[in-house]
Amino acid sequence: MVANKDINLRVRRGTVHAIVGENGAGKSTLMKTLYGMHRPDSGTITLDGEQVALTSPSDAIARGVGMVHQHFQLADNLSVLENVVLGSEPKRGIRLDYDLARTRILDISDRYGLDVTPDSLVEDLGVGERQRVEILKVLYRGARTLILDEPTAVLVPQEVDELFDALRELKSEGLAILFISHKLDEVLKVADEITVIRRGTTVASVLPADVTARQLAELMVGSELPTPETRESTVTDVEEIVIEGLTLVDRGGRALLSDVSFTIHRGEVLGIAGVEGNGQAELVETVMGMRKATSGSVHLAGDDITAWSTRRRRESGIAYIAEDRIRHGLLLESPLWENRMLGHQTQPPNSKGALIDVKGARTDTQRIVDEYDVRTPSIDVLASALSGGNQQKLIVGREMSSSPSVLIASHPTRGVDVGAQAAIWDLLREARSKGLAVLLISADLDELIGLSDSIKVMLRGKLVADADPATVTPEQLGSAMTGAEGAA
Amino acid sequence: MSADTVTPTEAVAEPPRARRLPASKGLRLLYLASVLLLLLSTVRIITGVTNLTSAGTVAAALGLSVPIAMAGLGGLWSERSGVVNIGLEGMMILGTFGAGWAGYQWGPWAGLGVAIAFGALGGLLHAVATVTFAVDQIVSGVAINILAVGLTQFLAAELFQGVPGGGATQSPRIDTMGSITLPGISDAAEGVADKGWFLISDLAGVIAGITTNVSYITILAILALIGSFFVLWRTAFGLRLRSCGEAPYAAATLGVNVRKYKYIAVVMSGAFAGLGGAYLTIVAAQIYREGQTAGRGYIGLAAMIFGNWRPGGLAAGAGLFGYTDALQLRGGGAVHALLLLTSILLVGYGIWLLVKRKTISGAISIVMALGVFAWYATTDDVAPQVAFVTPYVATLLVLSLASQRLRMPAADGKPYLKGEEH
Amino acid sequence: MSGRFSLNRMGLAVAAPLLAIVFALVVTSVVLVAAGNNPITAFTTMLEGLTKPRIQVNILNSATTYYFSAVAVAIGFKMNLFNIGVDGQYRLAAMLAAAVGGAVVLPPVLHVGLIVGVAMLVGAFWAGIAGLLKVTRGVSEVISTIMLNFIATGLVAFLLTPGRLAESVAGSNNIGTKPIPESGQVPGMAIIPGTKNEVYGFILVAALVGLGYWFLLNRTRFGFDLRATGSSEPAAVASGVNVGRMVVYAMLLSGAVAGLVGMPQLLGSSHTYSLDFPTGLGFTGIAIALLGRNSPIGIAFGALLWAFLDNTSNSLEFQGIPKQTVLIMQGVIVLSVVIAYELVRRYRIRAVAQDVGRQLVTEVAEKEAVA
Repeated sequence: MVANKDINLRVRRGTVHAIVGENGAGKSTLMKTLYGMHRPDSGTITLDGEQVALTSPSDAIARGVGMVHQHFQLADNLSVLENVVLGSEPKRGIRLDYDLARTRILDISDRYGLDVTPDSLVEDLGVGERQRVEILKVLYRGARTLILDEPTAVLVPQEVDELFDALRELKSEGLAILFISHKLDEVLKVADEITVIRRGTTVASVLPADVTARQLAELMVGSELPTPETRESTVTDVEEIVIEGLTLVDRGGRALLSDVSFTIHRGEVLGIAGVEGNGQAELVETVMGMRKATSGSVHLAGDDITAWSTRRRRESGIAYIAEDRIRHGLLLESPLWENRMLGHQTQPPNSKGALIDVKGARTDTQRIVDEYDVRTPSIDVLASALSGGNQQKLIVGREMSSSPSVLIASHPTRGVDVGAQAAIWDLLREARSKGLAVLLISADLDELIGLSDSIKVMLRGKLVADADPATVTPEQLGSAMTGAEGAA
Repeated sequence: MSADTVTPTEAVAEPPRARRLPASKGLRLLYLASVLLLLLSTVRIITGVTNLTSAGTVAAALGLSVPIAMAGLGGLWSERSGVVNIGLEGMMILGTFGAGWAGYQWGPWAGLGVAIAFGALGGLLHAVATVTFAVDQIVSGVAINILAVGLTQFLAAELFQGVPGGGATQSPRIDTMGSITLPGISDAAEGVADKGWFLISDLAGVIAGITTNVSYITILAILALIGSFFVLWRTAFGLRLRSCGEAPYAAATLGVNVRKYKYIAVVMSGAFAGLGGAYLTIVAAQIYREGQTAGRGYIGLAAMIFGNWRPGGLAAGAGLFGYTDALQLRGGGAVHALLLLTSILLVGYGIWLLVKRKTISGAISIVMALGVFAWYATTDDVAPQVAFVTPYVATLLVLSLASQRLRMPAADGKPYLKGEEH
Repeated sequence: MSGRFSLNRMGLAVAAPLLAIVFALVVTSVVLVAAGNNPITAFTTMLEGLTKPRIQVNILNSATTYYFSAVAVAIGFKMNLFNIGVDGQYRLAAMLAAAVGGAVVLPPVLHVGLIVGVAMLVGAFWAGIAGLLKVTRGVSEVISTIMLNFIATGLVAFLLTPGRLAESVAGSNNIGTKPIPESGQVPGMAIIPGTKNEVYGFILVAALVGLGYWFLLNRTRFGFDLRATGSSEPAAVASGVNVGRMVVYAMLLSGAVAGLVGMPQLLGSSHTYSLDFPTGLGFTGIAIALLGRNSPIGIAFGALLWAFLDNTSNSLEFQGIPKQTVLIMQGVIVLSVVIAYELVRRYRIRAVAQDVGRQLVTEVAEKEAVA
């Protein structure tokens, strides 16, 4: 398969050059090629006028190319210092020179205002701090060209601003910065030049002053944009799921959820906004019965289901689209029809009594594949063979097929292509108009605002604010998510 | 922020920040050791079982610990690089055979070298299977154990049968390797140990035990433990190796050649297991015998887990095995006396847990203490077969009481597939 | 379409073990040549053994025993549980079952039922300890079952002493449990002509266990849950599987089958558990489960192969070749088969993904051509 072809790109020193493109357009593959993690089949890379062949990350590092990965590449159980110096350790004799390393790290940290403490364990750090460690790692290696792969994906707007300040600082020191993103407003804010990629190839090079976000988006997608807007309200006054005082305390006595309460009515979508890692995952898992609440209650259509098992909750009509479909939603090495059974293995048409109904499950899988437009040659292929979007459509089809009354959707469009994203939004809207109560968790604030009937903001395991999706802007939500001005 | 669109419903508090307690490790260890010695001494006085801390027991315990510690050290190297190595038993078997084969022909030192080389070859095989072919690590380890048993039995039948003193299941005798005794200290300590004084004689017993007739391989093993700590935790090489066990894909992005480090670690792992095997063959028995390892590779692995994937911890774990084993071998009611010690330790641990408000674990611990004490009080001796299982039961107990406090390398046991990073 | 897929799969599934066996033959040949023996002689001698009725019976009998052991291991494997403790489980189970069987006299079927029941219960109990420790205390079953093997060894030695559960065996210095009376024995079947040796009646039970294992895994909800947990624990949890409970159930089941390992010999020939009762069968079971890829049919072939190697090795001695040669073959087969399976597995995932990709591209192209 061809991930990238005919990529043309020129980046000048002292500039921020943005690369934009949809999920799956080939941005990450391109960056990995530039960082020596993949070999290009043809074409050349020229650095400072010299043609280079980068065959490994070490090569790239030696040439002053550094990369901050989309997913943090940090070892939790090692210290910041160890994470930073790994691979380019200062030595005294054969010993690793911890003192020298500490001094150097503090130097860089001070120079760019990164505020990093060398001896803390990475597992104790927050998201923003981890990203600063990542940037420090790259600077420590004397990088002159910096590649940032979706650096803002996990940050709230305020942290994004801090990051951009740091980038301007770096730019003024003469570094070349490649900034990959699909968030156009950010790109327009920080970039000096923009290159658009679509289906693995560069389709346009523009200056931020010359384009609007809308035009950029159309270049990216190549057609009209889908928008996640919901039309007329379908909210009823029947309470379908009621959460009261839900609290979850971990082994170490830390509160992961404290006193979370909300109600979702039939036909209502409740959105939860929050920076990742503030208890959303725990909330979903507690509602699903995968974690036991320390205190508080969950009522489903009037029944107290707090003590019910996950299976019983699913059987009584809670459908679940998991945050990480690869880990929680699928059996990758099993055929599609077995994946159709997953989570519904106790219900028809998948089983009769204690036995499974292979024929029934297969027939119904074919129905889902047809109705939900899952692109696959057969229901016998392994789930791993499908693209992310098709996997997700299968999951949505499966979850909707047992006529549920509640849908819990965690990041339902993460990592899927534009077409599948639009399809999944349609399905969620359809679910809502059928009268389901939907709990929607998403990091995509546009999606959240577009689909929800009401929004609650989660911070450090608490619901700290309510927002009206009709009037709120992503920036305002972002502020509330950091708690920066939440107390005002 | 406009308060009319986003309505705060909760005041936001800063999260409490956890701080790590700095403590001088050396002092803590010394303190622990003294408490243990004090307890042992007390139990010795109460029960009158001098074997608890006699020089002979300590020397035997040291000797019995060596092969276990070396297997555990092998496990440490391998698992710190992210490869679970249950094939240690097989590598140790290869070591015993190598020691016997080379040892009887060219002397004990040659035996030692060949044992280490054979163990390393076993490690290399495990590395090929798990690193290059990404086979499940436990499966590969089990397969290597089966292969090692078969290979050595075949080779023993081929190479030892018909040789004077040898047979299908054993090698001819190996010359002694010799040992070291610290002249002045050894005798003096032995003298004090025989006096039976509270605490002082016990300490002297320990000193005499570790200064009399200590084999060269034991010294080598102790150096290997200390050296491994230095290499793994104080050098750049060690940091890279450990990073492969914690976050291999992150290490790869920084130019660390993950496969290379895993290969080195697993081969070293085999070499240490082979060294442990060499001790059994050259020092303990002076002969290769089929089945000589008797599962010590597995026990080494248990000792390493017990020691929380740290050299000091695994040495303590190996010491525990060696000590209970020594008591059982030397007899004289020592294992029976150990029941009393166990019950005291369990009470102490139970109280500590209760203070920490871990009520259930604390209660379980104290109930177990009472049970063990009742056993001690109502019997006069422990059957040899029951004494035999003591270390294994102890391991199970310790693991079930402490396993939640253990922290293995984050990527331990997971195959590393190049180019599949997310 | 799906026909081609499954044909492919079948071909690959058979190719891997065959390649591993060929590889093992090559390695063994090299070793034999190096030791100055003729590999052709060795292999033909072993194959000739296959024609002897007495050896045929022995192969079937050994395979019966191995089959139970491998199924016990496979039940764990299917859930990513490594029950390395089958060895301890079957020894303890056989010893206690033998003691119970020798102590009572009951009507025939009931007596056998009691002995088998005790064996399965003891096996399940011993394995269940590891399951419980894993679920409640987070102790890896790999380590706990290894420790339990050693403890079982000590326990069997403790109980199998005169005055406790053992008495001396007539006409030898061996000791064993009190012999099981005829009502508790399972008669053999003289189904192979040309020899008086009989095939264990328990071979039928092995077939039943294999069938039951297949049905449980592929046709029941319990089996689905078990396989789901094995392929992805987080996904199983999200689907409503109570993984903790499944771990305990799987260990109990595995241990119960492990309890059967000693039964063919105990009820079919020795009728007593004595000091020379076979040991190490649990590890043989691991090897065969790996060889047969945890499938009931694959395990049957693996057990027969293993039994063939074991029972024809003695004939090598007549040619002056050490019988331990087969141990090398067995070791190499196991190691190379696990590597071969891994390669095939990865090749399959890639091939299927490419197939799907290619077909979708063609589909799109066709649609565009129409439009």
